[in-house]
Amino acid sequence: MSAFGPRQGRLRRIRALIWKESLQVVRDPSSFVVGFVLPIILLVLFGYGVSFDASVIRVGLVIEEPTANTAWFLASLSNTPFFAVQISADPRAFHDELASGAINAIVDLPGDFSQRLARGDTASVQLITDGSDPNTASLASGYIQGAWQSWLNQKGLTAGAPPPPGIDVLPRVWFNPELESRRFLVPGSIALIEMMIGSLLTALVVAREWERGTIEALLATPIGIVEFMIGKLAPNFLLGLAAMTVCVLAALFLFHIPLRGSIWLLYGFTSIFLLVALSQGLLISSLVRTQFLASQIAMITAFLPGLFFSGFLFELSSMPVPLQWFSRIVPARYYVQGLQTLFLAGDIGSVLIPCSLALLAMSAVLFLLTARSTRTRLD
Amino acid sequence: MNEPLANLSELTKRFDAKTPPAIDRLTTQILPGRVTGLVGPDGAGKTTLMRLMAGLLAPTSGAIHVCGFDTLAEPNALHDVIGYMPQRFGLYEDLSVLENLNLYADLRGVTGEARVETFERLLAFTDLARFTKRLAGDLSGGMKQKLGLACAMLRSPKLLLLDEPSVGVDPISRRELWHMVYQLIGDGVGVVWSTSYLDEAENCADVIVLNQGRALYQGDPKAMTSTMEGRVFRLSGAGAERRAVLAAALARPDVLDGVIQGEALRLVMTEDAPAPKPEEITKSAGARVEPTKPRFEDAFVAALGGQPKRHLTVSTRALGGHDGVTPVSAQDLTKRFGAFTAADHISFEIKRGEIFGLLGPNGAGKSTTFKMMCGLLRPTSGKALVDGLDLYGAPSAARARLGYMAQKFSLYGDLSVKQNLSFFAGAYGLAGRARSEAMDRAVAAFDLAPHLATNAGALPLGFKQRLALSCAILHEPPVLFLDEPTSGVDPLTRREFWGFINALVARGVTIMVTTHFMDEAEYCDRIGLIYRGQCIAIDTPEALQARVATPDLPHPTLEDAFIGLIEAHDKIAA
Repeated sequence: MSAFGPRQGRLRRIRALIWKESLQVVRDPSSFVVGFVLPIILLVLFGYGVSFDASVIRVGLVIEEPTANTAWFLASLSNTPFFAVQISADPRAFHDELASGAINAIVDLPGDFSQRLARGDTASVQLITDGSDPNTASLASGYIQGAWQSWLNQKGLTAGAPPPPGIDVLPRVWFNPELESRRFLVPGSIALIEMMIGSLLTALVVAREWERGTIEALLATPIGIVEFMIGKLAPNFLLGLAAMTVCVLAALFLFHIPLRGSIWLLYGFTSIFLLVALSQGLLISSLVRTQFLASQIAMITAFLPGLFFSGFLFELSSMPVPLQWFSRIVPARYYVQGLQTLFLAGDIGSVLIPCSLALLAMSAVLFLLTARSTRTRLD
Repeated sequence: MNEPLANLSELTKRFDAKTPPAIDRLTTQILPGRVTGLVGPDGAGKTTLMRLMAGLLAPTSGAIHVCGFDTLAEPNALHDVIGYMPQRFGLYEDLSVLENLNLYADLRGVTGEARVETFERLLAFTDLARFTKRLAGDLSGGMKQKLGLACAMLRSPKLLLLDEPSVGVDPISRRELWHMVYQLIGDGVGVVWSTSYLDEAENCADVIVLNQGRALYQGDPKAMTSTMEGRVFRLSGAGAERRAVLAAALARPDVLDGVIQGEALRLVMTEDAPAPKPEEITKSAGARVEPTKPRFEDAFVAALGGQPKRHLTVSTRALGGHDGVTPVSAQDLTKRFGAFTAADHISFEIKRGEIFGLLGPNGAGKSTTFKMMCGLLRPTSGKALVDGLDLYGAPSAARARLGYMAQKFSLYGDLSVKQNLSFFAGAYGLAGRARSEAMDRAVAAFDLAPHLATNAGALPLGFKQRLALSCAILHEPPVLFLDEPTSGVDPLTRREFWGFINALVARGVTIMVTTHFMDEAEYCDRIGLIYRGQCIAIDTPEALQARVATPDLPHPTLEDAFIGLIEAHDKIAA
């Protein structure tokens, strides 16, 4: 350190560590896979493979005894773009098609349908869905029940009768009016990818130094713990931003998802989230010394909560209350919320600012924990 | 100048309150301008002491000051003035030689002009200049150690801590490492060199003999060696019986230690015991006993209470093999990796009941040859036969006739001793009665009963080695291959191990072994010297030594022979 001040020595050491780390990232196919191949796979999977939309629900409508009412109901189904309707008079007609998946649901209007309606009784309609595909089944069931309700309402209004109670709710969907699940799945999967890169890769690279024994020689040089941490974090931070760029490009040009917010806010917000993910990874790595354990812990504490409790696959508000509380400490939750806002709504400060503050608070806590538990010695 | 570099007083390091301390109230000093050797059996605390001095472990009690710094309070200032080379290769295998050097130069603040000069000097010094672009992971063992040393020496440290730098390194690279270190001490650097090669301790100005965390001896190794004056004897003329003679000699209470040296035996007597009489030990008429010069190793073994004398009955049944068939035969074994020929028409035959040593520098093709002989690597051309069976023609029949003990023991650390035995018995196709008998035999022969429930990973090294050997011979093979079975193992454990091997040989087992220990090479009946993919010499240890004898060096050691033969081969090639 003779020719340089202590600060320059520190900068030089950090630079050397970052350079070393970057070379290792470039040479190690696993970093490349986690950083670039995995995001693409996840995006394609969520963008194309997983879909919560049943764009057209194929319905087999059984009309056991055609009347004016049944024709009216048929018309109300056929007139929406959501249903492709086939008709038969035989209740057993569609059983094979349902089994083979050729149709998604059977609606059976029994023979006494019109009579019961005329009497003012509750006319019962049988709805059969394909339970082997529960997602589509519940969608189909929901759509058909919706269609049924709205038909009843219309009928009631036409007849001048009061509408049945509890159906004056008019759900309206904003921002994703086409209800295309891809539009919220893609931002959600970006969050998962960032979580993976931040936590998993960081946990792995430090554990690898322990496993290969390289940390022993490194610790015997005049590097401080902060230098070591920065040297580990900076390359993965850049890798995280690069992976996000790949994802955003794919989102915009492959999946045609609008980016309504500003790209700079997107990068800024992602950087804040990466701080949390990276320090979580560092914390894991300071606790375990094998890559296997590190990856298991990263999966369980970072990836899975991100998948389940970030609200991108499963609606948080429909979870039991304790789980809702739990979701408040899952960083991915805030990131997903912010990302969906940035992509689908725009620069909405009332969402982004609280989310950013929550993430900053988390990263501060994690950093403190990490700095306390990271060892510069071997015992 | 003679201000000590390290001051340790009453230093204790305890990892676990229940176990004895790794370092126990150790008081010592490390002086500048000389090499201090740190020797001791495995588990003596050598690595712990190194790490304590490098500031990588915190002492439990006592004081330790290195280069004037408290190792706990001022680690960064300390790390600025020491060089440390861990036992395990600590550099990045996925970085090239130059990238590793650059990283450590940056970390140690060697920049600008100084870096250019230092690199030039170190690369010339280590002879790595040709390999700067090669990935460190692709270097041979010796070259890796040299690179590690270069990185530790980048900033001319005041104190250089080298933890077993010569493990797995061939004699030539070992000599080069010592040359590098001697050049440093000329500049006043203090060097601590821990080792399990006791011939290296004789190169040190000071030694610290550690056992169970305590210093048994501190000071000049020559002074320690001289205490053995008059107690060391050489028994020659026992001929083919020498292994049986050794076993008989070791059974006597006045014999502290004994090893085979080529055709002769080396015996160390207890204090004040008279010289052994040949007729008391052996019936062969030509046996002669003469006093010989003591070595540091003799003193070391004596200080640790002599060779462990267990009565071991390696009860392998009479091993017939196919009578009249050569048990091991290599015929023009050749292996090419792309354009590189790792083994070039290597041929040798091993007789029944013979110990055959395969020696050679790192990267010479020794391991390649060994792997082809075990059936682990298919030769490009040529044949490997075990008991007349082609390893690649009738692989399972041939493999059933050989036992193989891999370098790192290949045990399952998370399984108990019993489970390991049971697994390997199953792997060799033993079932039912045959399996339980084989396991009982192994437990009885190797004294494993007290450890049956212990996990293999938690065993002391000597027992790990026993277990690995017993697993390799569960199926009672007539041929046993040992790949560096004693690398990094201390002399006492090695002696015990060779006791087993000698007992197996007495039963007619044929052994092929690789080693970097020259004293172990002397246990062999014949040696094949592999260099640059060729077998450049096959002969008995004495004959090899005789080949390099000159008027200046009438009694060369086997190490001299090793180096001499390789240099002679280089001259012919050039």
